[in-house]
Order: sequence, then structure tokens, then C-alpha cells
Amino acid sequence: MSDTPQPGIGEQPPLDSSETPEPARRSRYGIETRSIHAGSPPEPVTGARNVPIFQTTAYVFEDADHAASLFDLQTFGYIYSRITNPTVAALEARVASLEGGRGAVAVASGHAAQLVAFYTLLEPGDHFVGSRFLYGGSLTQLSHTFPRLGWQGTLVDPRDEAEVRAAITPRTRLLFTESLSNPAAVVADLAMLARVAREHHIPLVVDNTMASPILCRPFEWGADIVIHSMTKFLGGHGTSMGGVVVESGRFDWSADDRYPGLSRPDPAYHGLTFHETFGDFGFTMKARAVALRDLGPALSPTNAFHILTGIETLPLRMERHVRNAEAVARYLAAHPAVAWVSYPGLEDHESHARAARYLPDGAGSVFTFGLTGGYEAGVRLVEGVELWSHLANVGDTRSLIIHPASTTHRQLTDEQRTAAGAGNDVIRISVGLETAADLIADLDQALTG
Amino acid sequence: MTSPIRMLEADPGLACDPADPSCAVPGVAGEYADDLLVGIYRSARTVAMVGASPNPMRPSYFVMKYLQRKGYRVIPVNPVAVGQAILGEPVVADLRDITEPVDVVDVFRRPDAVPGIVDAAIAIGAKVVWMQLGIRNDIAAVTAEAAGLTVVQDRCMKIEYGRLSGELAWSGINGDRITSKRQALLG
Repeated sequence: MSDTPQPGIGEQPPLDSSETPEPARRSRYGIETRSIHAGSPPEPVTGARNVPIFQTTAYVFEDADHAASLFDLQTFGYIYSRITNPTVAALEARVASLEGGRGAVAVASGHAAQLVAFYTLLEPGDHFVGSRFLYGGSLTQLSHTFPRLGWQGTLVDPRDEAEVRAAITPRTRLLFTESLSNPAAVVADLAMLARVAREHHIPLVVDNTMASPILCRPFEWGADIVIHSMTKFLGGHGTSMGGVVVESGRFDWSADDRYPGLSRPDPAYHGLTFHETFGDFGFTMKARAVALRDLGPALSPTNAFHILTGIETLPLRMERHVRNAEAVARYLAAHPAVAWVSYPGLEDHESHARAARYLPDGAGSVFTFGLTGGYEAGVRLVEGVELWSHLANVGDTRSLIIHPASTTHRQLTDEQRTAAGAGNDVIRISVGLETAADLIADLDQALTG
Repeated sequence: MTSPIRMLEADPGLACDPADPSCAVPGVAGEYADDLLVGIYRSARTVAMVGASPNPMRPSYFVMKYLQRKGYRVIPVNPVAVGQAILGEPVVADLRDITEPVDVVDVFRRPDAVPGIVDAAIAIGAKVVWMQLGIRNDIAAVTAEAAGLTVVQDRCMKIEYGRLSGELAWSGINGDRITSKRQALLG
């Protein structure tokens, strides 16, 4: 295993400074206000100010005609919590607002979000282009499970325009990347990807989990769909699984015949044409009424409540996550037992310039580093820390540490692990909200001991 | 001109005065003030729907059914479907064939058909011409406004009602309506 911080990543061309962020959907309100209020007016019947947990499977119809209208999507309302639930809907509207999107569908996990997004866009035999730096669990889903559904993918470097262009085929139906990769902290060139996607008239789908909408809003750079594992920073407290798919409302699904599930009468919904009927939230309606209905990964209302509560403090938490991560990264970079630190906030990181552009308020708080002592030193470190939790999650208030090669990236080949920046000597950390000096002191005793 | 998915040249992170017209976002906050739309919905009783389809999977049928459930009388206008009834209402061939007062003329026709519809709307004394999502005709809009009618273009009567009543958010749609008041603008 190499001791270079970014295995598999070569010299990158300079950024094209002529590209500036495209304005996203504009809100009348600031992002802090929306983190607290979007999607959650007082409950009209009781006046409950906080979003109640609507822990119910189903909803009484007013009469037979109302029931028929609901099933036909002719009126707005609730039928069954596998498809819609008021607590979940509040969360969907809130995340859509934070991302500057038109609509959102919340699901049971980040993996379910990817499945629902792909299922809504791809037909069997279709092709996608994905980043090879995606989170290991995503790579496994894309490389092994999605092909069994008839979707073949090509993995590319999301900073290399020539490689991205070369991977696109006439059957390619989407481009998929993380804005900030987990765990290698590669910052994708979102403006370049959006430009290439636009030229080929395919949507750019961005997993914005590691950045959160506080640090990066991919729609501003031309993305068309954003997904999150809400289990991470959005929920933020390590209590609840959840995922979400957000639609920008800008992609014209009917411009050609590539997205027949949206542009043509849908036999899965007795001939409804989703894009024509629902306009700029046609994708969201289709994802809910067909993908969520038939695949079934509904989000629990209780989880939605916990995630909603977490989002209220998201802007504050991200600010502190970033501050603590920078302090820990600088400490590690100066430590003699540390071979390299891959945090884009550090000036010598290959993604530093892109981070300054796409993540101007900080490059998140999940990153990797390698120890001069290699694998053995890594094991001693994860076992030697007292305050840091050795577990497989990120984006928690608590600081987390893991050895990806033996855990999150275990299902990958050595080659894939190395390409994903998760080689055998790599430690991944998620810097939490504890006192930075305490986090550093704990690492220090474990590195020294 | 504008479309519901038009983007504005502005910093999305900046809050701004909702009264500032440059702040309004087509399709979200709307270039039409919420109060204007609420006023239309509150004062209207009868909607003439030009281009109404008897096919239950067409958008016009969705909108007609929704408006009926909200208490509006909807009169379908479609020369091709004369002799049929849509959702219990006999179809008329032309706006001028309607004998009762019409508040809103809701247009489900191509933009080039709008000028003739506007002339008829003026002739029958309608108060509002509403062009559905994806439909605009600025010249016809000016004609209607000069005759004292209120004009809404490129909006869906169902989606806007859903946004202002909060029902749209039940489907996870971002209507950019934030309030700590107990009641929505529309019930």
C-alpha cells in the first residue's frame, strides 16, 4: 500500500475560472430560518408548534370520491404512510428548501435514496457514469446490485473532463458523484460535470451528504438531482437512519425520449404522464408514486421527527464541525507519526482549490490520514483512543474513527479500496462537536502510546 | 419570457424583502403576489375551463376535479367534446355559449389559441384569464389587462391552490411559505 494521501489521483488541470455558480431557486428567507421553519407551519387542527410525530399507517378518506381522487393523484393528501406521511412530508419540504430544490422524497436510508433516484430515471439496459471515489457502500451498490436490475455503470474520476466525456454512451442516462467524497475527501468539479451533463442532456445527480446544504448547494452549480444520507449531518445526532432525493425542477424530462417514465404515459400509473401533469416536480411525484410505492423503503415518521429536530441546528453544527476538523487536521499534519492528511481545508491538498470554490465555508469534517507505522499503527490508534468512538457512521455530534479497509470498504477489492482512498494504512475520522483540545489530546495519547 | 423553472440572477443565500418584485421567484414565491392569487381564489365561484378533456389522465381533468372538490363550479369548454359531460358538467363549444357569469377563464390551449380566448373572455365579462403551466401569450395578456381583466400566465390553478393552502407541502414540495400562524392562506 502506498503512503501517498490520494492514491490513484494524478495531476489535475487548473479550474476554469470563467464558470460561476448558477443561481439556484431563490428563497425569501435565509438558510438558518429555513433550517428551523421550512415545511413546518403550526399543525392546523391542534396548533402544535413543533411537527407532531404522525405515527399512523393510514388516513381516513372523506368519501369514496375523495379516495379515488387521492389514488389517482388528482388531489393532494395522505393515503398510506408507505407513500406519504405528514411528519415525513415536513422533512421533505425542509430539505428541498435548504437545497434550493422544488421537491423531495424521503426514504429509509441513503442507499434507498440512490435506489429510488436511479429507479425513477433508468430503464433496464440503460447506463450511468459514476465517480470512482464514491463511498464504498455506494460503489458496492452501483457495481454489484444495480447491474442485476439492468443498469450498467462506468466509474470515472469526477475531476477529469476527458475521462467523464469518454465514459458517456448513447444509453447513458445520468452522471453521479459525491460533492465531497467519503472518505477520500475528493471535491468533484461540479461546474464541469454539470456542463458535460447539460451538453449530453442527462441529469447530474449529486450525493451531497458529506457537505450538507450548509457547505455546498449543488443546484447552484447546475446539478439536477441531489441525494443525501440524512443519517449523517442532517440528522446529526447518530439516532436515525434516513435518505432523501431532491429535485431542482430545472431538468426538461420531455425534451427527448430518454426518460419515458417521466415524459410518456406511465403504465405503472394507469397512463399518467408525470412530467406534463406535475411540471417542475414531476420527477418527485414519479419517485414517490411509483418508486417508493413499489420498492417500499418508506421512512419512519419517528425517524423523520428526529432528523427534523437535528436540521434545526444544522447551520450551527456545520460551522463547529468545520472549525474542529481544521484544528484536528492541522494537529495531525504536524505529528511525526502521521504520514499524510487528506483534508481539503489544508493548503497542500489536491482538492484545496476546488474546495475553496465549491465549499467556501469549509470542507466538512470527514477525512482520512495515514500513519507512518502503516496498518499496525492504525489498529493501535483505533484501539487506543478513549473519547473517539470506533464505529461505522459519520456526521455525528460525537467524533468517530474507523479503519475503512477492514470495515466500510471491506467488500471492495484491494484495487477499488486504493482507488477510493481507503487503502490498508488509511484511518477515517469524522470530527464531532466536542472540545477540540480534548479530541486532540485523546489522539495524542493514542498516537504516542 | 419567464417559465416556472426560470432562474434569477441573484445570490440565493441572501434573504430579501418579499415586497421587492425582483425577489419573487417564478414557480416558487411567484411573480404573482400571493395576495393577488388568494384574492382570485376567494372571489371566484365559476371557472370556465377552455380545453377541458374528458380523458381522466389529462392534466385538465385533474385540475377540474380538484377545483370542484374545493367548491368551484367548473364549466368545460371544448368544441371537440360537445355532447359529452365531464365530471358531471355538460361540455360547451365556446365561451360565448355560457349563459351564466364566469369569474375565471382557465386556459388549457396552446399559446397561439390564447388571443381568441381572451377576446371571448372579455366579451362574456370574465374577471380573470388564467393560462396554465407552460402557456404564455404576452400580447394577449396585455389585451386582457387593458380590458380590465386580471391575468395569470404559466401557472397551474391546482398547484397554486395547493401551495397557498399548504397542501402542496404534503407531497414534499417546496412552496417557500414560512409562517408561524396557525391558518394557511387558503383552507
